[in-house]
Amino acid sequence: MEKQVVFRSAWLPYALVAPQVAITIIFFFWPAAQAVWYSFQLQDAFGLKTQFVGLQNFATLFEDSNYLESFKVTAVFSALVGFFGIAISLLLATMADRVVRGAMAYKTLLIWPYAVAPAIAGVLWAFLFAPSIGIVTYVLKGMGVDWNWIIKGDQAMLLVVIAAVWNQISYNFLFFLAGLQSIPRSLIEAASIDGASPTRRFWTIVFPLLSPTTFFLLVVNTVYAFFSTFGIIDTTTQGGPSQATQILVYKVYHDGVKASDLGGSSAQSVILMIIVIALTVVQFRYVERKVQY
Amino acid sequence: MVENRPWLNAFAHGVLIVGVIVVAFPVYVTFIASTLTLEQTLQVPMQLLPGDQLLQNYAQVLGAGSHKGSKAAVSQMLLNSLVMALAIPIGKIAISILSSFAIVYFRFPLRMFFFWMIFVTLMLPVEVRIIPTFQVVASLGMLNTYAGLTIPLIASATATFLFRQFFLTVPGELVEAARIDGAGPMRFFWDVLMPLSKTSIAALFVIQFIYGWNQYLWPLLITTDESMYTTVIGIKRMIVGSDSANEWNLIMATAILAMLPPAVVVLAMQKWFVKGLVDTEK
Repeated sequence: MEKQVVFRSAWLPYALVAPQVAITIIFFFWPAAQAVWYSFQLQDAFGLKTQFVGLQNFATLFEDSNYLESFKVTAVFSALVGFFGIAISLLLATMADRVVRGAMAYKTLLIWPYAVAPAIAGVLWAFLFAPSIGIVTYVLKGMGVDWNWIIKGDQAMLLVVIAAVWNQISYNFLFFLAGLQSIPRSLIEAASIDGASPTRRFWTIVFPLLSPTTFFLLVVNTVYAFFSTFGIIDTTTQGGPSQATQILVYKVYHDGVKASDLGGSSAQSVILMIIVIALTVVQFRYVERKVQY
Repeated sequence: MVENRPWLNAFAHGVLIVGVIVVAFPVYVTFIASTLTLEQTLQVPMQLLPGDQLLQNYAQVLGAGSHKGSKAAVSQMLLNSLVMALAIPIGKIAISILSSFAIVYFRFPLRMFFFWMIFVTLMLPVEVRIIPTFQVVASLGMLNTYAGLTIPLIASATATFLFRQFFLTVPGELVEAARIDGAGPMRFFWDVLMPLSKTSIAALFVIQFIYGWNQYLWPLLITTDESMYTTVIGIKRMIVGSDSANEWNLIMATAILAMLPPAVVVLAMQKWFVKGLVDTEK
């Protein structure tokens, strides 16, 4: 869609886009190009000499079992965050759509976690689950569960998943609620006159009609789990114990900032960029099309 | 609701009440911990009723931070967070509304090139270009400055999109009318487009305020000076060791202070917030 009526000026449009374009070049394109450039270089231990090594950094990465492990951790983490984040918020949204009294109050009480920074969400849950003093740990001990995420990898994973899901629920909830409210009531009423139970109506009418929303949220939650959860990991497990929660983004940060491995970290950045590009393409190509049957 | 099923309604309320409680529980415990003494927070199990240290704890962190971890005053951090939370939305909205005005209302060489250039930034989040971006900011001498904290984050493909979509729905007759009345492009921008964009601007502002306030990775990288810490970073710097080595009462008081402003914004401007969320994801 294009405007038919426009203004004419030889210089004004350039002046108007200049600030945005300048910032994208200086802080986006230039660093991204550098990341690509560094990814082909090897730096010696003192950072004095660099040498062009072609694809060697990438080859090293894919032979590194730690890196492959980090891929697996990221896949498990985002699948868990996506599944539970979507399932729980869909349940809550369906219930909120059903109740008449207090619907607004429930909505208000469920959306505010969006305002909490991921890093703080991490601190809150780490405190509840703290191995020696946490309240939830105390309850779990009473039930005979030996809880210590500092040394147990799967418990550490569970902790970061809980914190990430808690942080993301309100977002999913709002979109599901909007999706549910846009489903025509006449469809539901017709099915109920035909004698379909609420459960059956949900699975045969509501859930299929919600599929565009669900698919959209799946992509958004994957992006969230890949990138925005950095704060949660850094304030809780820091990738540990023994890399059980080291997602890709955390590894880029760890290798680049803490271990000063410029080439390796940049090669990882380039791989992440490719993942983001793929996710963005999926989002724009398929989300627009509305998955409806 | 199409039929009356009392047990189902009761079930729905039950699920929602459990949901609300589970969602609120961590923050409740945080608040309680922030009203206790250090010894009380380390007791197992910790009490779940407020203590009497509320004023002392908050005064301590606001004035002088923690004892064991970062000793920087949280009041300064709140100010830094506020600067980020205001500069980022204002900057983003300003540069995005100008560039989408140019892209929609002018025809000029490279127009689509610029548009795609802005669009591609969606695919380059700061998380994937950590080190080189840090180096650029360092070489510009912007470490530990407000400019360094905010400017690299204000380019925005989503905001540019949002304004572009909105401008495309504005009737062309308005431009014709403005031109007949002798108004130039900037006059049209200020007197016609800006007033029409008010709701979009408000919605975007709420979302970006939260985004700016909650930034973590970026300030973590470029602030080494305590006086430039944001509140979220301050919490991280107060956590010095395992479980019982931390001053949880002070950390939790800081966490409450860090959560309060964005939570108030979300709740007070709920309508704008929901609109902003839905709009920016289109």
